[in-house]
Amino acid sequence: MKHDRMKWIFLIAVLASVLTLGGCKKKVAAPPPPPPPPPAAPTASLSASPDTIEPGQSSTLTWQTQNATDVTLDGAKVDPNGSRTVSPSQSTTFRLSAKGAGGTQEATARVTVTPAPPPPPPQPSATEEEMFNRNIRDIFFDYDKYDIRPDQQASLQADAQWLSQHSSVRFTVEGHCDERGSTEYNLALGDNRANAVKNALVQAGVGADRIRTISYGKEKPFCTESNEQCWQQNRRGHFVYQK
Amino acid sequence: MFIDTIKRSAFACMVALLLAGSARAQQDWIRTGTGLGVEKVRLAVPDFKQVSADPTSGELIKVFDDTLWNDLSQAGIFDVVSKSFYPLQVPGSPDEVKLDAWANPPANAGMLAFGNLNASSGDALVQGWLYDVRNTQSPQVLGKQYREKATPENARIIAHRFADEIIFRLGGGIQGIAESKIAFVSARSGHKEIWAMDYDGANQRPLTHLGSIALSPRIAPDGSRVAFSAMTGGGWNIVMYSFDLGRLVTFPHFGGTNLSPAWSPDGKQIAFSTSRTGDPEIFICDSDGSHPRRVTAYHGPDVSPAWNPKTGSQIAWVSGRTGLPQIYMMGSDGTNPQRMTDQGYAVSPSWSPNGQFLAFAWIRHYGPGMPGAQDIYVMDIASKQIVQLTHEAGRNDFPSWSPDGRHIVFQSNRSGGEQIWTMLADGTQQHPLTNSGHNTQPNWSWK
Repeated sequence: MKHDRMKWIFLIAVLASVLTLGGCKKKVAAPPPPPPPPPAAPTASLSASPDTIEPGQSSTLTWQTQNATDVTLDGAKVDPNGSRTVSPSQSTTFRLSAKGAGGTQEATARVTVTPAPPPPPPQPSATEEEMFNRNIRDIFFDYDKYDIRPDQQASLQADAQWLSQHSSVRFTVEGHCDERGSTEYNLALGDNRANAVKNALVQAGVGADRIRTISYGKEKPFCTESNEQCWQQNRRGHFVYQK
Repeated sequence: MFIDTIKRSAFACMVALLLAGSARAQQDWIRTGTGLGVEKVRLAVPDFKQVSADPTSGELIKVFDDTLWNDLSQAGIFDVVSKSFYPLQVPGSPDEVKLDAWANPPANAGMLAFGNLNASSGDALVQGWLYDVRNTQSPQVLGKQYREKATPENARIIAHRFADEIIFRLGGGIQGIAESKIAFVSARSGHKEIWAMDYDGANQRPLTHLGSIALSPRIAPDGSRVAFSAMTGGGWNIVMYSFDLGRLVTFPHFGGTNLSPAWSPDGKQIAFSTSRTGDPEIFICDSDGSHPRRVTAYHGPDVSPAWNPKTGSQIAWVSGRTGLPQIYMMGSDGTNPQRMTDQGYAVSPSWSPNGQFLAFAWIRHYGPGMPGAQDIYVMDIASKQIVQLTHEAGRNDFPSWSPDGRHIVFQSNRSGGEQIWTMLADGTQQHPLTNSGHNTQPNWSWK
């Protein structure tokens, strides 16, 4: 019992002294010494021209400094004013550091390296695929229907005509449905839609062996909002050029 | 014996009452359930007693108690007595049971399931009893003992087995479902893959890693394989996964769009939808994919076949031959096709294990100005009477019956994203089994 009480008293004493000392220290903190008159601070500027290059091209770094005794560019000592040609393979940030009696000033310049544009694809097939994508129009359907609507006949005839003129083109017709139906039924319905487009093209003289069909049901919608405009976008036979 | 007789008729009663109710008030909610006409057994399930100081036994007994409680309260045949009504002295063995304390208010229990769990030297030993607390002469209905390696997974399995024993004994001799599995489609990896889980939502795990789109899993009657359809090699094909081998096994490609495989109850045949002829039709092939033969012959979508699991002699399926999809039924040789639904948008038929009922998804009142909710319905095939199980709660689809016919698992987007839900076959006790990512198209194993 007695021992316990002693322990408490000791603890409280220690706590009190810690608090007091802590409190005192704040109050008696020494005022900062008056600042010495500042020497002229160095200035530094760094620029890259051009600041965007492709791999293998080069860029020119130009810098100016004042009031500096020690000027470094990326760690290497350089003249206070100067320029240099660089050819980084990746985007790089260059760092200029000007040290003088008045302190240190830094400046940076970034050279961005963009990947070279891909080589243009072989001319003939790109043209054909581009023409296919430009000319061929998708066929749209009514809800739960897979027959070709009268207002889609013009698209279909135009498609058939273009495809007849470009008899080497092979393609896939994808059947798509809107989100409202059930997964399995929509896949069967999408299959009917793809085959309805195929059959109409074959009727119009396009060779059946050039046409593949596939159903996506509601698995790959073009548009994901729940309104009629979006649903109509998703009820379609979609043409895909076959490479 | 008395209870056995009551329970044997309980399920039939329940459905009969459901159907009687629906004839009266088709447009309204009807309050129905297993409790109507037949009183459910009041079952008390106190926590099992921990009889060893082994540090692992605390976790094991928690898993065991939670699993047993969940199995019995979801079984649909018990009124599980709330724990707050239990006597303070919880028994761990027969000599600790005071029958009066359980039979009298507030517990008012008819049956008592109790026992103990002893974890020692890496093994878990569980002793469990079922007592008829009103039979003071010979109260013991069941006494079971289980020994497994002491892991939480084994604690779950032991609880499932003990629950199934109780359900079998008090539920009219129908096998419990606590060890059954559910296959489903989950997009939580970024692609729709086939997944499987225990019937209570535990152990969710992917079976496939195709990285394309996999749909419509159907577990084989013997539980050895899962057939499904997947986008493989630029088209939809029937794909077969073997649980035994833990990988895909070869199955022939038929050409066209191949969808929605369904097993015959003997496991020897598979019905599916294929557009190999240019139009989606129901075909039947042998379970190795050989001898495909056509059974439907109308233009338009034919998809989602389901065999009568009791007889194997009939197939229900979905056809759009007259416009919006409807449920049809035919002989498994394609004879005598018959339309079962007369309006709206009806899809996803699932046949009850006893062959009497069809569950399906239905937008019953379809058209402009209609609310257009898609709900789960059950039809009594003989009378064509229909009961609505879900009510205006999102879009519900793909019902699938549990092996005991007392439960239906389905998909619903009522909570936002699509998730797997389960309920009793009278529509009560609806609750979700999944909550991560999008999960659809559940299929309950046959046993």
